[in-house]
Amino acid sequence: MTHAPAGSLLAATGLHKAYGPTKALDGADFSVHPGEVVAVMGPSGSGKSTLLHCLAGIVPPDSGSVTYAGRELTAMSDAERSALRRTEFGFVFQFGQLVPELTCVENVALPLRLAGVRRKEAEHTALAWMEKLQVEDLAGQRPGEVSGGQGQRVAVARSLVTGPRVLFADEPTGALDSLNGELVMQLLTEAARSTNAAVVLVTHETRVAAWSDREIVVRDGRSRDMERAI
Amino acid sequence: MSIGHTLLGLLEAGPRHGYDLKRAFDEKFGHDRPLAYGQVYSTMSRLLKNGLVEVDGIEPGGGPERKRYAITDAGVTDVETWLSQPEKPEPYLQSTLYTKVVLALLTGRSAQDLLDGQRAEHLRLMRILTTRKRKGDLADQLVCDHALFHLEADLRWLELAAARLDQLAKEVRR
Repeated sequence: MTHAPAGSLLAATGLHKAYGPTKALDGADFSVHPGEVVAVMGPSGSGKSTLLHCLAGIVPPDSGSVTYAGRELTAMSDAERSALRRTEFGFVFQFGQLVPELTCVENVALPLRLAGVRRKEAEHTALAWMEKLQVEDLAGQRPGEVSGGQGQRVAVARSLVTGPRVLFADEPTGALDSLNGELVMQLLTEAARSTNAAVVLVTHETRVAAWSDREIVVRDGRSRDMERAI
Repeated sequence: MSIGHTLLGLLEAGPRHGYDLKRAFDEKFGHDRPLAYGQVYSTMSRLLKNGLVEVDGIEPGGGPERKRYAITDAGVTDVETWLSQPEKPEPYLQSTLYTKVVLALLTGRSAQDLLDGQRAEHLRLMRILTTRKRKGDLADQLVCDHALFHLEADLRWLELAAARLDQLAKEVRR
């Protein structure tokens, strides 16, 4: 088994994962450094999502290693992994998955509230993030009252509000038109870079991947670092 | 791009010296390929000969001749005709990349490596353009987006070709 690259914040080596007879990952490697944006690309069914789930500690691999800041994820208890996901990781999905009953600022503040931060302080921090994502004007509106692009920027603000060190973005622009997708990517990468967070960006769109620093292609459960393809 | 028509179009806003024309062209369209002075003056003398521009004045002084050019009515008509004619779409049927893929398959080399190498090269350029777009003004964004969409189309083809390599290998070796 190969070792995680020096200086990497999150790394996986030799990941295998099968669902019944189907091999989703067949020896995949991955690494991301602090402040780096890495795009994970590949055809549908290639294993991209499984790789992301293993990296985020949502799904345990059958074999292989995932290390975060030098700690082995596969050796942690469920409670430890869950705490890691709440405090160190942020998530953005294709559809913002905002809570429809809450206002936008309450949505953004939610991870802080769940961590025990007082409402006033949580919403103050949430507003600062909404400003960075240019959605501060929507603070009092509910998700149903804002556009898809605005909602997605609210979701990005929510994913960053706890100051995660790794942001997992799974097709963050998949449901948006070109212009809104561009804006989300611009603001997402700027915001992540401003906090030196690492970004794992799963996308099938190359124009979205072009916002990354590096690209990994997953095919048939195996990964290829495209820097080494030349 | 037709330099003559572009310079004519720039003159429609008002008379300019050759030097100003070059500067306006470079600012708006020549980021990556600025015009050579020689090209400006040879183009202007051709437009002059064809009656599409006229000399509006000559500034005295040393150095190269400082002619000020103005567009004529015939010039305005020429610009209008050019703008109203649709550009011929590129047929993209002569692809070096396709030739390389077929040759790699025919000679038993790795077509997958070739496609991956090309993909990485395309993405490298797309990253440069995305950075330029991020830092640039609206004009930069539009120019870069045009290039980015074309590169993206190439990449889609690369993906499709990669997915069909086995099938293609069988056919080319037949």
